[in-house]
Amino acid sequence: MPVKTEAVGKEWPTTTYEVGKEKIGEYARAVGIDNPVHFDRGAAVEAGFRDVVAPPMFCVVYGAPALAPAMFDPEVEMNFAAMVHGAQEFAWGEPACSGDEITTSAKCLEIYEKDGKGFYVFETRSVNQNGDEVVRGTWTNIVRGV
Amino acid sequence: MSQLDVGEGIPELRVTPDKYLPHRYAGASGDFNPIHIDPEFAKGVGLPGNILHGLYMMGLVARANTEAAGGDPRALKRLAVQFRGMGAPEQEIVVTGRVESVADGRATIDTVAAQGENQTIRNAQAEVEL
Repeated sequence: MPVKTEAVGKEWPTTTYEVGKEKIGEYARAVGIDNPVHFDRGAAVEAGFRDVVAPPMFCVVYGAPALAPAMFDPEVEMNFAAMVHGAQEFAWGEPACSGDEITTSAKCLEIYEKDGKGFYVFETRSVNQNGDEVVRGTWTNIVRGV
Repeated sequence: MSQLDVGEGIPELRVTPDKYLPHRYAGASGDFNPIHIDPEFAKGVGLPGNILHGLYMMGLVARANTEAAGGDPRALKRLAVQFRGMGAPEQEIVVTGRVESVADGRATIDTVAAQGENQTIRNAQAEVEL
């Protein structure tokens, strides 16, 4: 059965996330990062940040909600039972700090079939309240036996 | 700022996520997919047990590369990974990397995350600013 490609190029509504100091700390502790710039306002400011700064991979916290409607869109028609998260890329710009309001958009970049597997590639782009790009993500999901 | 030379390894990162780490990561990240936090559910869909979040392991790869570049979170500019194997709680994860190239103040580091012989993340490419 060939994969459906109607959703290629489709964009979904943006989501907005306000970054909070304690949420940054919770994420940093979960992945074992102890740099004080992620916990302590004074240390962050001294290091040149506007406020407590998020570790780069905190982008999954503010970015993933924009992707959820794309993943579940019937036009995309991804078979979740046979799906794995195959690959992931992030390119970072301006750091995300406590107090930032980050808006993320999601778009379907590609849907294609290769070796009996379906590849579903989405892009998210997150910008802060000043319009600066914080991160761009490329999410690749692979569905076996399409 | 640390010196990174082509061909050299970055400091190894070793982490053993405890039994409840997937719960804490679920809370921190917002990803409550039951395959990560419910062993019975995971077994019901053919997995050996609850498995680690891939993005948690990517978080460790990001951490290892950031630390190799001196620890400033601004140093990591790009990270691309392929998820190749499932990770399990209560088993040591070892993140290793080797500097592939250095140009224009940036180093590209080829990184692997593994549990024993099981390479959960392969062909990870990190770009860090020196």
